[in-house]
Amino acid sequence: MRPTDWRKATVERIRPETPRAATLTLNVPGWSGHRAGQHVDVRLTADDGYQAQRRYSIASAPADGAPQITVVEVDGGEVSPWMVSVAREEDTFEVRGPFGGWFVWDPAHTEPVLMIGGGSGLVPLMSMVRAGAPARLLVSARDRDDVLYLDELEKRGVDLALTYTRRMPLGWTGWNRRVDREMLWKWQPRVGPRVYVCGPTAFVESVADDLVFLGHDPANIRTERFG
Amino acid sequence: MSTTRGFFRRRSGDDERLPPGQYLERGFPVLSAGPTPHTPLDQWDLSITGAISEERTWTWEQFLALPSEDFTVDIHCVTTWTKLDTEWTGVSIDTLLDGVELEGGYLTALCDGGYTTNLPVEDVTGGKAWVAYRYDGDELEPEHGGPARLLVPHLYFWKSAKWVRRLIFREDDEQGFWEQLGYHDRGDPWLEQRYQGD
Repeated sequence: MRPTDWRKATVERIRPETPRAATLTLNVPGWSGHRAGQHVDVRLTADDGYQAQRRYSIASAPADGAPQITVVEVDGGEVSPWMVSVAREEDTFEVRGPFGGWFVWDPAHTEPVLMIGGGSGLVPLMSMVRAGAPARLLVSARDRDDVLYLDELEKRGVDLALTYTRRMPLGWTGWNRRVDREMLWKWQPRVGPRVYVCGPTAFVESVADDLVFLGHDPANIRTERFG
Repeated sequence: MSTTRGFFRRRSGDDERLPPGQYLERGFPVLSAGPTPHTPLDQWDLSITGAISEERTWTWEQFLALPSEDFTVDIHCVTTWTKLDTEWTGVSIDTLLDGVELEGGYLTALCDGGYTTNLPVEDVTGGKAWVAYRYDGDELEPEHGGPARLLVPHLYFWKSAKWVRRLIFREDDEQGFWEQLGYHDRGDPWLEQRYQGD
């Protein structure tokens, strides 16, 4: 089978991540593995034949085997509400991939990397972290409920910095604003490492601009933007 | 075709204008591999080069002085969104090539930031493609490819290279940035040519 062939995916396990997000572990016969950061295309078919197609980043590490996708529910969305609120074990849809060869991390890249994620932008970064990427991670979230994988990141001892843009947890003394130049400078003044930035368009635009302003080589900055 | 339990249509669409696998988007998402370049207009130029009888270069002022067209088109991103009736102003590739003889059947669009994409000449001539510099009545925002981007609306939108600076004509098709990373060489949304092998 080729990556471009559609195959049947069976939901093997569902794990709620936040009130608005869930991780689905997929059983995909013939799955040939992926690179950390890649995505799959999924296709859902309704009883009347109506089909919807979307792309979701893979959250699991290549070594984990069965691919996992983490989906954050989009207000007024069509596929994401199904993934987060309707799906249950043994449900099926179609999947193909993996795709994408740019926003990826391979173990051959042994130098430290910087990662900056906003909202669901954390998903492909998490795949890289789980794959062993030597990363410092800066996460921007609206509030505590908006942070994916927090327990696991802490358990893994990941070098993690957080900023809350709307509501801070009780007793929070850290950053509580959008990512800006001063924050990026304080977080990591050294330029040179490869930087991965993923999140909503406005977030990625402003963070990437700030990184260039701070002296990072644009060629070292890899971005992925979600609507 | 197997169906998915509990899944149903939630969005109304203009189905005849939606290529397969696409959904209707009202915003204007962005897909780029890196930071947005900000080239000052006094350092900007556009040129046609390579396998052609005469290379040409336009400064920003000279480019704006070329005959332009207003056009309304649907655009289709490989990430599965489609946006209908987008309004642009730009210079037709036919205008840029007026009086020039082509010696190859392909071209590479080269952009600020180093991004490239490959196209057959027949997909950018005959009134099918422009270098666009206004969107929705305003200057084209940098994040959407300003000051000027290629616009080839009948192909997936990554072919409409943002921040375009050079059109390099070639005898052989040479894969661009996304094409080398597994995306389709032609990218016709109606044939759903998303990836190599589609």
